[in-house]
Parts: sequence; C-alpha cells; structure tokens
Amino acid sequence: MSDYPETYRYTRNHEWIAAEGDTARVGITDYAQGELGDIIFVELPAVGAQLKQDEPFASIEAVKSVEEVFAPADGEVIAVNEDLDGAPETVNQSPFSDGWLVEIRLADAGQLDGLMDRDAYLAMVGE
Amino acid sequence: MRGHVPHTEDEIRAMLGAVGVGAVADLFASVPEACRLRGELDLAPGLSEHEVARTLRALADRNAPAGMGLSFLGGGVYDRITPAVVGAVLCRPEFYSAYTPYQPEVSQGTLQVIFEFQTLMARLTGMDAANASLYDGASALAEALLLAGSATRRNKLVLPASLQPAARRVIETYTAGQGYELITVPWNARGEVDAAALADAVDGDTAAVAVQSPNHFGVVEDLAALAPVAKATGALLCVHGELTSLALVEAPGRLGADVVTAEGQTLGLPMSFGGPLLGVIGVNQAHLRRLPGRLAGATADAKGRAGYVLTLQTREQHIRREKATSNICTNQGLMALAATVYLAALGEAGLAELAGGLASRAAYLADRIAALPGYRLPFAGDIYQEFVVQAPVPAADLLATGRERGLHAGLPLGDDFPALGDRSLLVCVSEKHTKADLDRFADFLGSVAP
Amino acid sequence: MSATLFDKSRPGRPGYRLPAGAPPAAPRLDAAKRRRGPVGLPALSELDVMRHFVALSKLNHSIVSGFYPLGSCTMKYNPVLNEELARLPGFAASHPDQCAQTVQGNLELMWRLEEALKAITGFAAATLQPAAGAQGEFVGMRIARRWHEDHGAARREVLIPDSAHGTNPASVVMAGLGVRTVPSDARGLVDLAALAAAVGPDTAAVMLTNPNTLGLFETDILRIAELVHGAGALLYMDGANMNALVGRVRPAELGFDVMHLNLHKTFATPHGGGGPGSGPVAVTAALADYLPGLRVRRDGERFTASRAPRSIGDVHGRHGNFAMLVRALAYILRYGGDGLADISAGAVLNANYLQARLRDLVEVPHDGLCMHEFVASGRPLKKHGVRTLDVAKRLLDFGIHAPTVYFPLIVPEALMIEPTETETKESLDRFVDAMAQIVREAETDPELLRTAPHTTPVGRLDEARAAKELRVVQPPAEG
Repeated sequence: MSDYPETYRYTRNHEWIAAEGDTARVGITDYAQGELGDIIFVELPAVGAQLKQDEPFASIEAVKSVEEVFAPADGEVIAVNEDLDGAPETVNQSPFSDGWLVEIRLADAGQLDGLMDRDAYLAMVGE
Repeated sequence: MRGHVPHTEDEIRAMLGAVGVGAVADLFASVPEACRLRGELDLAPGLSEHEVARTLRALADRNAPAGMGLSFLGGGVYDRITPAVVGAVLCRPEFYSAYTPYQPEVSQGTLQVIFEFQTLMARLTGMDAANASLYDGASALAEALLLAGSATRRNKLVLPASLQPAARRVIETYTAGQGYELITVPWNARGEVDAAALADAVDGDTAAVAVQSPNHFGVVEDLAALAPVAKATGALLCVHGELTSLALVEAPGRLGADVVTAEGQTLGLPMSFGGPLLGVIGVNQAHLRRLPGRLAGATADAKGRAGYVLTLQTREQHIRREKATSNICTNQGLMALAATVYLAALGEAGLAELAGGLASRAAYLADRIAALPGYRLPFAGDIYQEFVVQAPVPAADLLATGRERGLHAGLPLGDDFPALGDRSLLVCVSEKHTKADLDRFADFLGSVAP
Repeated sequence: MSATLFDKSRPGRPGYRLPAGAPPAAPRLDAAKRRRGPVGLPALSELDVMRHFVALSKLNHSIVSGFYPLGSCTMKYNPVLNEELARLPGFAASHPDQCAQTVQGNLELMWRLEEALKAITGFAAATLQPAAGAQGEFVGMRIARRWHEDHGAARREVLIPDSAHGTNPASVVMAGLGVRTVPSDARGLVDLAALAAAVGPDTAAVMLTNPNTLGLFETDILRIAELVHGAGALLYMDGANMNALVGRVRPAELGFDVMHLNLHKTFATPHGGGGPGSGPVAVTAALADYLPGLRVRRDGERFTASRAPRSIGDVHGRHGNFAMLVRALAYILRYGGDGLADISAGAVLNANYLQARLRDLVEVPHDGLCMHEFVASGRPLKKHGVRTLDVAKRLLDFGIHAPTVYFPLIVPEALMIEPTETETKESLDRFVDAMAQIVREAETDPELLRTAPHTTPVGRLDEARAAKELRVVQPPAEG
C-alpha cells in the first residue's frame, strides 16, 4: 500500500491535492484506485481548461466501472500527465506520485484549508 | 403443472415443503389480491407439438414468398443463395441457446465468432474496427449519426434524398428530441448525390454527412469525389454501404469515411419478412470509444493461453447507464454468426464471383430493359445489383400482372419519391437469376407495354 | 484460443460454388471506383468451415449443455420445434416489401401474436417492431414524450428506481428526456415517500420493473399508479421479468400505461449468444395511435397493414425481428392460457425453492417469498478474501453458468439467480450442492476460488489487458 503523504490535502471524493506556491498537482488516492481495480483508461482535460471545485474534470475507467474525478479546488490546468495515455496502470501503481492527473494554477489557495488532512481522510475511509 | 415445467407431483410437494408453503398459489402471497387476474387468460388451451406445427405451417402456406418464385425485389433486403453450411451451424443449440458472453471462460465459441465477424466487417469496409452488431442497417446508420453528433458536438445532419426510406424513417425517430436538424441534399441527373448542393449544405454546425452507396436507386456514388466536400467543414462522413458490393467497389474506409454502416442481411441471411436483419458499424481508431454496442477483444489467461472477452464495456449501458454511448444491449448475435459462416464459405473468390455476377446481371438486364419500347432508365450513374426503371404503365399494374405470372416485378418508388412518379420501379437482380430468367423478365415487361 | 478462420485459410483452396449463368455483360461500373487489392477473406473448404464452427460451438456453455441461472435473463429452454417453424420457406423466403395479398400468412401471424400479447398484458394494442427490450423502452419513452406534447405540456423528466436495469436510463436519454433516480426502501421496493416527493409537473413517466430486479413484486403498485397518474405522468413497465406474471397478473390492470415484453425471455425465443431478441411494446387505448411500425388489421378473412396516425416513427427498417415472432406465437399456442399460468408458477416455485435451500449458505438481504428470481449476496465470504466474482468463476467448474453478478447495484456482492421453470429439481439440487462446496472451499482453500475456473477451455481472462491493448480485429497476414 502506498503511504499517504502528510503534506497533501484530501477530499471526500477521494482526490488528493499537493500545492507548491500557487500551483498544485491533483490525483486520486490509494483507496480510490484500490476500489476501482485495474485502471484501463484515463480521460483528462486539455491544458487551459478551467476547473471548478467539486465539479468533475476527468474520468477514470476500470474494466467494469467508470468514475468521475472532482476538482479539489478552482484553477486552470497548466499540465496534464501525458504518460497515463500509454500506461493508465500507473495510477494503480503510484497514485501519489507518478500517477498524478493534472497540474493546476490555483485560483484561491485558501480553498485547500477546507479539505481534509491525512489523518482525517484515513479516518473517513476507515483505515 | 404441464408442459414446460418438468416436476412430478411428489417433487412439487417436496419443493413447496422446503419453501414452507402449502400450495403453489401461496407462492404468490406478495401479490395483493386486487392485482391478480381473475380467471384464466383469454387464450385457447395449449396444443400438442404436432398441432402447433400444423397451425404455423398453414400460415406459412398462405404466403407466396418472393424467394420461392422469380423475384426482382431488393431495396435493402436481398434474395441470396445461402450455402447449406450456414443453416447447419445456426442450428447448433450451443450457439443459439447461449446468452451474451458475459462469462468469457465458457463462451469462447461465441466470442471468437464475434472477433472473426469484427475482423471480416473491418476488412470489407476498410475500417480499423467493427462492433459485434446492431439491430439493422437503418438503426446502425442512425447510431452512426448520433456518434458523429457526440464526437463533434454539432447538431446538423446532412442526408441524401436518395437514402433508403426505411433508414430515413429510423433516423428521424432516433434523432427526434435530441436537438438535431436534418438537412436533405438532392440527387443529380446521374442519380448521385449532387456535390454542389452538398457543398452548400455543409457548414460549421454540420456533425455528419451520410452517403449511401449504392444508394436507394442502386447508383454507386463517387465517394472519392464526395468525401472532401462532405468533410470540408469538419463533419464526419458516414457511409452506408452494401457489403457484397465491397468485393467489387473500393472500401469506404479507404476513401475517407469516418464511420461505415451497412445492412448485413445481404450476407446470405434469409429475408424473413425483413427480420432478423443485421446492423453493421465500423469506425476508425479515433472513434472506438464512442462505438455503440458490444465489442470483443483478444487477451490471455494467467497461464498465457489466448482468449477473448467483451471489452470497453464502460461505454455500455449496464455500466455507464444514462451516459452510455447507446441504450443497446441485446443485439443480433446469431445473425453475425450467420454472416461469418457465409463469408467463410464463400471466401475471397466466392464473394468476388458473387459481386461480379450481380454487376453483370444488372448491366445485362438494364441494357435489355432500356431497349424496350416505352421503357427508360432515368439515371445514368454506375450501378451494382439494382437500378430504377421508368415504365410506360403504372408500377402497380406491372406488379399486379407480374403476380398473375408468378413473378415479383420490383419495388415501386412513387410513394416514397413522388418526383419519380408512379411509373418508377426499383429492379434488383439475384445470383439465383439465370440469363433465361432475366430474358423472361425483360420479355414480360415488354409484353405489358401499352 | 483456437486458430481463426484467417489462420486456417489456404489461398487457392476451392470454396463454395455459385450457379454459373451470369450473362457476359461488363458491369456498369467506372474502373476508378473498383476495389484495389483483396478484401482479406479466407479460403476454406466446406469441411474446414464445418469443423471450425463445430469446434467453436463446443467451447460455449448453453442451455442444452447445463444450468444457466442468469438473473433477469430468463434462460429457459427453447423448444426445438420453434426453430424449425421459423425457417419454413413460407416465412423465411418472404420479402418485407411484398404486396399485402402475397404475405397474408405473415400478417395473420403478426395479428394473432398481437392479440395474444394483448390478452396476456391486458393492454389495447401492441407493436411488434422493436428489435429488443432496450428498443422497446426507447419506444415507450418517445410515446410518453409525444403524448405529453399533445396534451398541453412538454414534460422532460423520467423517474427510475435505483434498482433498474442500465438500459432504462440510457433509453430515457436517447429519447431526449432526463433521468432522476428514486431510492428503494428497506423492503427493496420503491420508496413511496421518495416517489411522492419526486413526482411532479415535469415528470413525463415513471419507469418500473415489476417484479423488480430483486425479484420482488411491487406490492404498492396500485398506490404508485394513483400517485403517478395524479401528477399527470405515465407509468411504464419494463417487462423483463414478465415470466413471473404471465397468466396471473395483467400489467394494464395494475395501472401501467405502456410496457415492453422480451420475447427472448418470457416467450422462449432463443438468446442467440446475444441476440436477436424482440421487444414488443403494449399500450392502453389512449396511446395506441402513437405506436411505431405496421398496424395489422383483420377485415373478415383479409389482413391489411397501415401506420398509426400519430406514430412516433419507426425504430426498425422493416417489421422487427419477424422470425422471433414466429417462435413466440408457436410457444404461446403450445402452452395456451392454462399452460402459461403453470409456467409462471413453475418459475416462481423454482426460484423460491432455490432461495430456501441457499438461505443458510449465503446471505439473502431481502428475504421472504420471491417471484421468479432472487438476489443473494456473497458478502459473508469477503472475510476469507473471496468475492462474488470468485464464486461465479468457480461455478463454471461445475458445468453451471454463473448467476448475474454485481447487479442490482443496491446489493453488495450481488448474485442474482433466476432458475426458470424448465429446470428439474435435480438440476436445482446440483446447484445447491455446488454452492455448498464453494462456501466450504472459501474457508478451506480460498486460493482455489480466487484462481477459478480450472476446468474450462481457458482460465480467468485478463480483461484489463484486453481493454488496454484493444486487439479487436485480426491484422492482415504479413507479406
């Protein structure tokens, strides 16, 4: 099981966000990838897309399910993880680092204060 | 209990005991009294197998089926010779009494057939991939147009006026209420899509241009010339083809088609009063994830043994529900098997011979009819197996006289295409026709001239 | 994986012989339009073809090879006579555009089947055109939409319980309407209060499956109908589970306005490895004018066909899956009014017997009398690291097809079991024995289940790999 980074913030919908200055990377948690099972396809937004907190911006397909990914915060997409195109299983293997989804320029870094820290998230998923 | 239920009286008692109820009627205790049917259904009592067979045979005997006589009826459903091996395979209950292959480990027969069918359809149409089947050609074209709408997020659909009326009706029903606008482009003097009118019809809101080739008048379109016109503004080109003709004419996939659809009945399926038919849809890689319906794919088990599964199921209704690419679930699986066996039996050489023979027969008959006094072929375009005839008498009269002489003279076009008038008839040849049959038909037409 | 048709092909091998006799006329086809290069079809002898497909057929589980308790699919025996009748040349060689006077037998058959379906459902009219259940749902939703437009208001929303088949919401969307989900209550039935709160002036229809996908009869159905009609909406029945009701309950008398039937479930037409099916739609008199397809009328000894005046339009190019209609009528004639009621009793008896015998082996979350099917849960096995999928795969080793799994979505680790009426008690008992052994194995040897099946032509296949590699056609041979 991957370790849940202490510096990340987590959402009820099982996304994580890791901010550095006014940019942040977004992905899904280890718990979320485990529930999905083998991931076969990741549909990401285009660079330049505007994300709105709690609204879906990407979808992740497993063999027999498909889940939407919700934005942890408002922001503009400045990079997407293009490696996932050929290797979507990276999200299973490395959800917190190589399996990141998008990088955004935060519109309001203060929004992160409303998210869960690691312990609160782990308590929510019962681990 | 009788018939379909195999239990003895003792078994029924034992089973009711295990359930903990006294009588069969008690099993329905959860159905409120007010919901129950009082008395029996208003249907005749059950019959023996022999009596059922006699009753149904009597109905079959009340038909004068075109395929048993001399028929020139086509228009989307064709009177083919079916190799006996097709029927022999179709009769195997291992195929017909199986369900959708949701447990692939015990469905490799069905799954491999689907994979082979997909391969055959992709090769014929010149596309990267094809699905496991849709209901019929008409709904396949409708689904193709919806696919184009979702791929382009545009709302105009351009249809040729020479489109098969059955397909047009289904497209109207499938697209109603989803905000689509249908635009029709006319045919030219050759009976082909008018390229100048098509150029005028497409714009930045056009999601798709549909072209049927051969079209409903039997005319083979010039796809190479139409494709750049159709796609000039970014619309998808959806070609509705005829599969046997693709042994002779170039594959639409090599001429710019983004989606190819077809009616698969032409691959040796019985006409069966128009059903079951077989919807075929092929796409290029770019649109694979938008494909409606089931798709088989190759993979392997833990020991490395190769096998097939249904794949990309996340497109489908049982997973994506209201966001699915289509609502289709049950398809025409057994008909896809029939088409696969048919193509396996005919092979490359057989299908080429079939297509060449149909084109020769059509050319011969067209020449003969054109030479008859009072008869005219209104369209000069290339043809494959059928063509339009303008008769000197109403088509209905030709049909009626033909019936008296045991022949089905063709399909009158006046009702669906008023511009062609009530003397127009679509005439179709079959590989069953000998030269003598064609001559007999031409002589018949000559004899009913005024 | 056996070698494919393409692997077995030997270019030059003589194949099927078509009649000679084409006149030596040059095709009227411009050379520029001709196909360049071969298609890539195989060259095989008739024996090659026969062996290929017979070998493939043996890799399939089917109703004739063993028990097939796939929930909501009604995998009952398909009488072989019906196969023979559907192929009679009088039917099979008829063209859909023949004049009515030359296809009187076909029209009479359609008329008689419609009459029988009207008697069975209690409705006033039925169309036989929809090619499958999902297409029937689409027709029903188009009718609902058009009916509201004709009666003052364009209503835009359809309410569907959370236990519904996936086709329901997909069909609603295709008809240009929106979906709203209504929860089930603790009984597994529609939550009446939630439904009352959701139904309103924008509700075009409420879509229910009855019995529902848990195999439970919606006991509040008369009140639900009142509620729905009170709001001016229509009530649609997904008839996938009609095998429980034939001869005992007529949906029109429950207050439904429109329903579809699955001839390939309830009326024993074969599933064909995925189709063709047939999904007739039956409606009340008020909706009859909206039906698609040909409406066949009897006029003395003659049968005529015409289109309904306010038809929503066609959903099939012709008259639907006609050969399936032949089989369904043969089935109805064979069993008759009395026999059909016995059949539903047999279906309900078999399901209840299985449920009673499995109750102590697996969890049955909505226990009590069921109708023609019930839903068990593999949840208790999770503590051994065994999931429902593993149980399903292990069943295959016993020559038994797995039940429907992970559906309905409201039951975790669901196993949806529908034995149908044609199975004997011995067959049901063998299933129980297999399940008992599997439950024991979950404790003693869970790895055996996690790696099942072991005796099938191939082992558990890697579905993730298939979806990532997407090899969906065979590439042309090299060189």
